[in-house]
Amino acid sequence: MRAAVVVFPGSNRDGDVARALARSGAEVVKVWHTETALPAGTDLAVVPGGFSYGDYLRCGAIAGRAAAMDAVRAHAARGGLVLGICNGFQILCESGLLPGVLMRNVQRRFICHRQFLRVERTDTRFTTAYAKNQVIDVCVAHGEGNYFADPDTLAGLEGEGRVAFRYCDASGGLTEDANRNGSLNSIAGVYSEQRNVLGMMPHPENFVDALVGGTDGRGLFDSLAA
Amino acid sequence: MKARIVVTLKTGVLDPQGKAIEAALKSFGIEDVSGVRQGKVFDLEIGSEDRAAAEAMLKAACDKLLANTVVENYTIEIV
Repeated sequence: MRAAVVVFPGSNRDGDVARALARSGAEVVKVWHTETALPAGTDLAVVPGGFSYGDYLRCGAIAGRAAAMDAVRAHAARGGLVLGICNGFQILCESGLLPGVLMRNVQRRFICHRQFLRVERTDTRFTTAYAKNQVIDVCVAHGEGNYFADPDTLAGLEGEGRVAFRYCDASGGLTEDANRNGSLNSIAGVYSEQRNVLGMMPHPENFVDALVGGTDGRGLFDSLAA
Repeated sequence: MKARIVVTLKTGVLDPQGKAIEAALKSFGIEDVSGVRQGKVFDLEIGSEDRAAAEAMLKAACDKLLANTVVENYTIEIV
């Protein structure tokens, strides 16, 4: 598994995701946002978290149109794997690789806490190491994570099984309390039509080492590197 | 020529900031307001004097970058 982590001015989680990927056995290189091509042999393009371009205009709006994102779009069109986390998810939505948009959290506050997620399916390249409906314990840290899509798009996502993760409580319940940013249908992550692109607000890369409190994020990187 | 582009949230899209602003206005005693929505204004200067070409260019600017048409509408005014 060869992974390319795209770095924008203001990215700040590129190091953590690179470390999580390397821990699972991936070979990782970083790609500056002005590059027009990904390194030859790239299997997975990663758009990391952070505050690209200071969140100016809209979160992910400017990064979504960077040169490197043309390369990421071409990679996805060839069937290549793409993972966007947090600001990376916002960038994938702004770049047109995923539908919908991440709006300001419904309670208007930046949220930063541990968060349970329900794994919706395990037959994608991102989730084979998990069990169906497994509840995983990861982290969230965002001010704009409130997933919104128009009713037709939302119905399409649900009908095609393109919801990857949902915010839930410890027993997997989709409660309002567990969905603190107000996302429609408690959506925490979505797949592209071909399921080769995944965007998610939570941070699985935070929890790959017991030293910092949890290891439930490992499954995602282990699935990818398998 | 100068132009002004106004970007606003579409009807029905939740605007937590607009709600907070409305609540703040009411707390200052400005109570006869409702439906407060926050938007963005962009002022631009355009080199060309061709209005039609400028409008087409600004529409492209909105569609490509300035507005996210999933949740936002925009208006273009050339002054």
